[in-house]
Amino acid sequence: MADIAARGAVTISADGRSSLHKLMQRKSTIAFLMTLPLILLILVLVAYPAGYAVYLAMLNKGMNKFVGLGNFTFLFGRDTFWMVVYQSCLFAITAVIFKAIIGFVVAHFVHNIPTKGQRKWRGMLLVPWVIPPAMSTLAWLWLFDPSYSAFNWILEHVGLDRIAWLGETGWARFSVILVNVWFGAPFFMIMYLASLKSVPEQLYEAAAIDGATWWQRIWYVSLPMMRNIISITVLFSLIVTFANFDIVRVLTKGDPLNTTHVFATWAFRVGIESGDIPLGATVSLFMVPILAVAAVFILRDITKRGSEV
Amino acid sequence: MAQVTLRKVIKKYDEVLAVRGIDLDITDKEFIVLVGPSGCGKSTTLRMIAGLEEITGGDIAIGGDVVNDVPPKDRDIAMVFQNYALYPHMNVYENMSFGLKLKRTPKDEIDRRVKQAAQILDITELLDRKPKQLSGGQRQRVAMGRAIVRDPKVFLFDEPLSNLDAKLRVQMRTEIKKVHQKVRTTTVYVTHDQVEAMTLADRVVVMNAGLIEQVGSPNDLYHSPATKFVAGFIGSPAMNFEPCHLEQAAGALRVRLSDTLAFPVPADRTARYASHVGKANLVLGLRPEHIIETRPHIEPNQHDFDTMIDVVEPMGMETLVYFTIAGAELCGRVNPNAGATAGKVMKLRADLSNMHLIDDGTGRVL
Repeated sequence: MADIAARGAVTISADGRSSLHKLMQRKSTIAFLMTLPLILLILVLVAYPAGYAVYLAMLNKGMNKFVGLGNFTFLFGRDTFWMVVYQSCLFAITAVIFKAIIGFVVAHFVHNIPTKGQRKWRGMLLVPWVIPPAMSTLAWLWLFDPSYSAFNWILEHVGLDRIAWLGETGWARFSVILVNVWFGAPFFMIMYLASLKSVPEQLYEAAAIDGATWWQRIWYVSLPMMRNIISITVLFSLIVTFANFDIVRVLTKGDPLNTTHVFATWAFRVGIESGDIPLGATVSLFMVPILAVAAVFILRDITKRGSEV
Repeated sequence: MAQVTLRKVIKKYDEVLAVRGIDLDITDKEFIVLVGPSGCGKSTTLRMIAGLEEITGGDIAIGGDVVNDVPPKDRDIAMVFQNYALYPHMNVYENMSFGLKLKRTPKDEIDRRVKQAAQILDITELLDRKPKQLSGGQRQRVAMGRAIVRDPKVFLFDEPLSNLDAKLRVQMRTEIKKVHQKVRTTTVYVTHDQVEAMTLADRVVVMNAGLIEQVGSPNDLYHSPATKFVAGFIGSPAMNFEPCHLEQAAGALRVRLSDTLAFPVPADRTARYASHVGKANLVLGLRPEHIIETRPHIEPNQHDFDTMIDVVEPMGMETLVYFTIAGAELCGRVNPNAGATAGKVMKLRADLSNMHLIDDGTGRVL
């Protein structure tokens, strides 16, 4: 009897050990363990703050009472909020369009420079993107100065009136977009240049023999071959530009009369400077659905086209 | 009429001469193959005809008109590239019709020509596929279809088969020949593969180091090469080269290969070679198929000799034997049943009626 019981016990403990062993050996377990550090990072740095922002957005100003969607309905009723929505879209869309166009044109120019001089040009053209924007925007701030700046000095010398670059709504909006384009276009240039370099030279030769002009070569060869890179660069830039903070903050602080505020700077103004953290969190949450829609649209297009090439 | 004429064409890259002044007349409907080792300037020559490379000197004329400064699109040519260069975002139909579309050809005319070309190449059922969904051979056909629909004056092929596996290459070679027999368009074809050159060409142009070595029909090149380079380049296994000297012996000439081995020169060549007696730097060229096993009947100008066989390579229908005479390795093609064994002495027969005597100093065949 004792003999049989002992043998049974051994079997059970061996089973227990081997099933744990089996679990550890499973591919899915190994995959999970290997991605665990990333999952933890995302939980701590993304999921938790996002969840906390949602929680904050449902408190009152004193952060001691739950108000549900009260902050959201409050925002919908304010003109400044709608102006920020308008300005954020105007800022992001205009800036991205110009960055994309300038990046595309400059990339073609750089691509056509012989290899020897190309590195030098590439390096120089990347400079605006490499300098921390808060610093370079300071330089722009001085350039835009109404009394002592280079821009107005030039305008006066060619006989034109001075412009209150950052003092009038229209010019202030123009200025923040200009600085953003100056800062972001090199990124587009380098992405497009990389994708141009990956287009086989023989496609252009085939097109040249087929009778394509330089414009038709760009339209029928370059653009279709670069479609995915263009989409993904535009998406990235749209997200980053939409969430821009530093350029607007340094250049105009949202003035004149809040007309240059984008979501991030207005959230900062409301939440930190005016001390209404729940309302600031509510403002910043409005970026999520708008960017999510853009991301879904563009990424869907990429997977559709990715199967072509 | 679409003859292509090259007159003293030169191409210089910085200080490097890639093409050193070549003259070539390609007649209408002819299939010309440019062949040579890599770096010989054959692709550069083709690209100059296409207009993809500027020419440094000389003239190129297509159909009688000098096209030196005419851009590729106005030369009325079509080119098939080594990697096919199909537009990946267009389907087969769009790829083939792209050139016609740019020329604003009417839609029904485009449709007619694409369908006709597709029929010639047997790719009708592939018309709505993307290049990615095609195999190597199918892509090759589409690339040819793109050339055919344009109905150009000249077809240019730049090593079109080198991306295919061996079996498909042989198959597409026949295909290209068939297509040329159907459409009869003047064709310039570049390859480094001498078998392709021999099988496809009406005339072969052998190029070396930026110059034309010889132009001729495949049989001409094979049987009467003008230079040592052509003799060695055309034919596989390559022609044997054995240093030798000519000696006078009792009114006849002999080629002496070593102290112990000498063959009489065929009588009909005595006059041709007489002035070279005693010269240094002579080389005897003899193709492997002219070194065979001994047979009961001996033909004129055939001579038997004994040699130690180093290596035996059975090929099935024949056996290659390698042996050494005076330090030079030679190859012979013998009957598989002749009993060739490595390390044993064998009696072989050299057929001197197909010999070539080469001046190694100038590289000319005498």
